Amino acid sequence: MTLDELLHHSSEWLKSTGPNSDIVISSRIRLARNLDKFPFPHWASKKQGEEVLLAIEGAVSRVEYLKNTTVFHLADLDSVDKQFLVERHLMSHEHAQKTNHKAVIIDSEEIVAIMVNEEDHLRMQVMQSGFNLRGAWEIINSIDDALAKELPIAFLPEWGYLTACPTNTGTGMRGSVMLHLPALVMTRQINRVLAAISKLSFTTRGLYGEGTEATGNFFQISNQVSLGHSEDEIIENINGLIRQIIEQENQAREMLMLRSKAMLEDRISRGFGILKSAHIISSQETIELLSMVRLGSDLGLLKDIDRRSINELFIVTQPAHLQKIENKRLNSQERDLKRAEIIRDKLKT
Amino acid sequence: MLCDICNKNQATVHLTEIIDDQMNELHLCEECARQKSAQMEQQFGLSDLLAGMAQSEKPNAEKEALNLKCPSCKLTYADFKKIGRLGCGDCYVTFKRFLSPLLKRIHGSSQHFGKTPFKTGGKAVRKKADLQELRAGLQKAIEAEDFEEAARLRDQIREMERQQHNEGKATEHDA
Repeated sequence: MTLDELLHHSSEWLKSTGPNSDIVISSRIRLARNLDKFPFPHWASKKQGEEVLLAIEGAVSRVEYLKNTTVFHLADLDSVDKQFLVERHLMSHEHAQKTNHKAVIIDSEEIVAIMVNEEDHLRMQVMQSGFNLRGAWEIINSIDDALAKELPIAFLPEWGYLTACPTNTGTGMRGSVMLHLPALVMTRQINRVLAAISKLSFTTRGLYGEGTEATGNFFQISNQVSLGHSEDEIIENINGLIRQIIEQENQAREMLMLRSKAMLEDRISRGFGILKSAHIISSQETIELLSMVRLGSDLGLLKDIDRRSINELFIVTQPAHLQKIENKRLNSQERDLKRAEIIRDKLKT
Repeated sequence: MLCDICNKNQATVHLTEIIDDQMNELHLCEECARQKSAQMEQQFGLSDLLAGMAQSEKPNAEKEALNLKCPSCKLTYADFKKIGRLGCGDCYVTFKRFLSPLLKRIHGSSQHFGKTPFKTGGKAVRKKADLQELRAGLQKAIEAEDFEEAARLRDQIREMERQQHNEGKATEHDA
């Protein structure tokens, strides 16, 4: 598999087939693991970094679950390729910075992505469409078991999996759910909800994980605590919280439909109108308007467009995707033109 | 006898100083003795002594900790404090006594309850964790004088201990 093949392929998690896909975009579980007796990536020598990469590549090639994966060495990728992988949520922004002995291992459906030598030797993630942390856990748990048979894993019975940063020690697990909450934002209830979330030791981030702000109406909610609870308990805690947020978003949507339907229809139709006809559009405006169109589709106010197409537009209108599609470097103005063209084309009736 | 310091006046004060196990006798005049005692008070002021006693553990423990070095990866505790990242899995053992309270502050717990990389170990760890939770619950119930709940927990703990005991025996036979 090449990166260009990914470009013309839709990630499994974007397909909007999972539970509660109207409000929940995707569910993700990440596990941090390290090899015993090797310094963590930030403290390792060049030679040790290479040895870790080699050992992990070897182990991955022997695991049945991972037979449809491709290894990409970051040193072989240019800046657009790296940004492209970040935009598809297959690796972190930090991983793209320094490239020494780093790799990302991806399966053809983009369900599994394994970063090698990021903050920890192994950062494995499994993404699922909709509200489905359990599904993601089942897959990643099997992969983790299989890899643990091949690799010596740094672990203490008392403290669990040992990670470079003590904030990940224990299960090494972070469960994240990406939510689309336009009605809670419109009814100005979102700050109350976010404040409650932070009190319960969960964190809220933007579309691209750590260090990014929530853009438009998208919020990624994850557990903060990784030690002292089992994986099942952590998932159940997140699920309980997410169920409540879904309920609140649904109530806010109902209230808007009941009391402010004309305003809602106006915003959704204007958003759709601009996307269908604009010739120059920024990524920020695209995200905001696509959010309205997605809401319109969820509420049955826009009939001719499905959620999957909207989800795909969020991804392909990003800077590196536009440049991969055009197969050349584009400056910001050129990208705004190309972006508008792709959106018009997709929404053409 | 003339004063040991000024060598002018008659020595009327006789002092015995002990420095590094060496005993020193000093014969001083009144004037020099006054100066000397002011110096000594500065060195060993009572307030200093009390403050020193209060902190006698901490600064030394902290100082000692900063120089503590992981034998496997050579990361020092000072490095960890600076970069916020540990150097390798063995660092967790080297810095154990400092990490335990830190983990507790971060996670509200310093006991792992999740999966393990060893197939057979998983169940045992979970049981141990359950037992600890039950015992903590029992303590709470007793403190709250909820004796009904306490009795229920006590029975549960006994049952679990009995099971573990039997499993232990079974493993011995297997081996």
